[in-house]
Amino acid sequence: MTAHELAARLAGRKLSSAELTRSFFERIKKLEERVKAFVTLDETGALAQAAEADRRLKSKEHVTPLTGIPIAVKDNMCTKGLRTTCSSKILTDYHPPYDATVVARLKAAGAVIIGKTNLDEFAMGSSTENSAFQITHNPWNLAAVPGGSSGGSAAAVAAGEAVIALGSDTGGSIRQPAAFCGVVGLKPTYGRVSRYGLVAFASSLDQIGPITRDVTDCALLLNLLAGHDPLDTTSVEAPVPDYRRVLAGGIKKLKVGLISDLMGNGIDREVKAAVKKAADLFARLGAEVIEVSLPTLEYAVATYYLIAPAEASSNLARYDGVKFGYRNKEAKDLISMYYSTRREGFGAEVKRRIMLGTYALSAGYYDAYYLKALKVRTLIKRDFDRAFDRCDALLSPAAPTVAFKTGEKTDDPLSMYLSDIATIPVNLAGLPALSLPCGFSRGLPIGLQIIGRAFDEETILRAAFTYEQNTEWHKAQANV
Amino acid sequence: MQIDVEHVARLARLGLSDEEKKLFGEQLAAILTYADNLKKLNTDGVPPTTHAIPLKNVYRADKAAPSPDLPAIMAGAPDKADRMFRVPRIIE
Repeated sequence: MTAHELAARLAGRKLSSAELTRSFFERIKKLEERVKAFVTLDETGALAQAAEADRRLKSKEHVTPLTGIPIAVKDNMCTKGLRTTCSSKILTDYHPPYDATVVARLKAAGAVIIGKTNLDEFAMGSSTENSAFQITHNPWNLAAVPGGSSGGSAAAVAAGEAVIALGSDTGGSIRQPAAFCGVVGLKPTYGRVSRYGLVAFASSLDQIGPITRDVTDCALLLNLLAGHDPLDTTSVEAPVPDYRRVLAGGIKKLKVGLISDLMGNGIDREVKAAVKKAADLFARLGAEVIEVSLPTLEYAVATYYLIAPAEASSNLARYDGVKFGYRNKEAKDLISMYYSTRREGFGAEVKRRIMLGTYALSAGYYDAYYLKALKVRTLIKRDFDRAFDRCDALLSPAAPTVAFKTGEKTDDPLSMYLSDIATIPVNLAGLPALSLPCGFSRGLPIGLQIIGRAFDEETILRAAFTYEQNTEWHKAQANV
Repeated sequence: MQIDVEHVARLARLGLSDEEKKLFGEQLAAILTYADNLKKLNTDGVPPTTHAIPLKNVYRADKAAPSPDLPAIMAGAPDKADRMFRVPRIIE
């Protein structure tokens, strides 16, 4: 069930948050052996939060649409006193002394945090196979990946192990797993949601956003997350609408551009067919659908894999075994302690990206790689600006294929990187975009990506809601 | 493309096994060859974008507020003495 359906039952006292929370832990105990979505479960903490939520629901004080609703949080967001690992050995025993702003907001709203979900180590990956602890499986087909890096959050929602979840998205890490798991995932505009307490990967790209079963829940969760935070200097002081109230109203006269560059070679035939059908439905519902071309998109993956690792190599310098996290205790001097701590603490993909980023920033290569990538980023952004001169929203597949098999791409980093070809350009331009279910291929969900203008989450949510109201895809359930 | 893997690992203070050095050398070369596609684009006179939205410095009001809880912060340290982080020997 969705949060908005459950909220009505909780408010009507037909169901208590304690009962609801217990039922989720029962389901988790049944399914988790197969899905492996969670790194840490917090049944004691969750039941205490549920009891507090029930008090609020009973007294009808401080009741929000998420009061008493079980939510899963990606394990790269700090939860005070609750282990936060980033699925990395280097943070295995890290217990943050503070809450991320988004977590503090969830707690203030009375949501029930049931646990922390698995991810690719430090959010670097597209399949949740790069976790130091476990591989998460796709609830639609356990032999397939759930996508990544927010694969644990997407799988938890798809499997019914959580009502809603938080993910983070640096190059597609909310939208691609949402597409692979048949749920709704939104990456808000850069600056829309505070990243305070989100473990930094690539600071000019990272955003936190909702992963939910439907668009209404997505809007409800975004209502809670969005808004300025003095603790994050990149968070923007822009008015935040009530996203739930903007869902209705339809899409008549909306100008929608189908991105032709993401409908060609390299995109699976059935994925293309489903997206084309979705675009046709937009037209039947009154939108004006045109084809648009953004020719620089073919350079987005290369641009991203210079910029994001460069920023990561700098951000991950803090894992040095001094102030927190894992340390190699045998090292006899400081420098060798750094080397051995980082050798033992980081997994292969993280090391690969630190190396790549360090190289791109190093003397002699900075201009040719990092600076060049920043300039191409400008060209990609200009392509989007031109498209939005003609359109209110853009459509594309959220991923070039449906979920691939576990192990299929682990030996070939470049082919793994290319699975984010449709989502990466959006992060480079800082725009909001969501993925929602638009079909199936071989029993696996297909995701439709809707991209909006900066700070115009309203339009893409309304477009997504209108589409959802006229299709049945979101009603399909994974049979785990 | 030849990459001085040991030099890059030294810059990153990252210990690597011999196998990792060989593997990363090959994989980074493949990724950077792909990245060389960017050279096809003319970027003369194009300004670099470091952030998608313009950033400006943000000042907060100069008001006293409680500092973070020191014992809670120190609790996560791999090694400590009093209010200090302890590290292995730095100089002989």
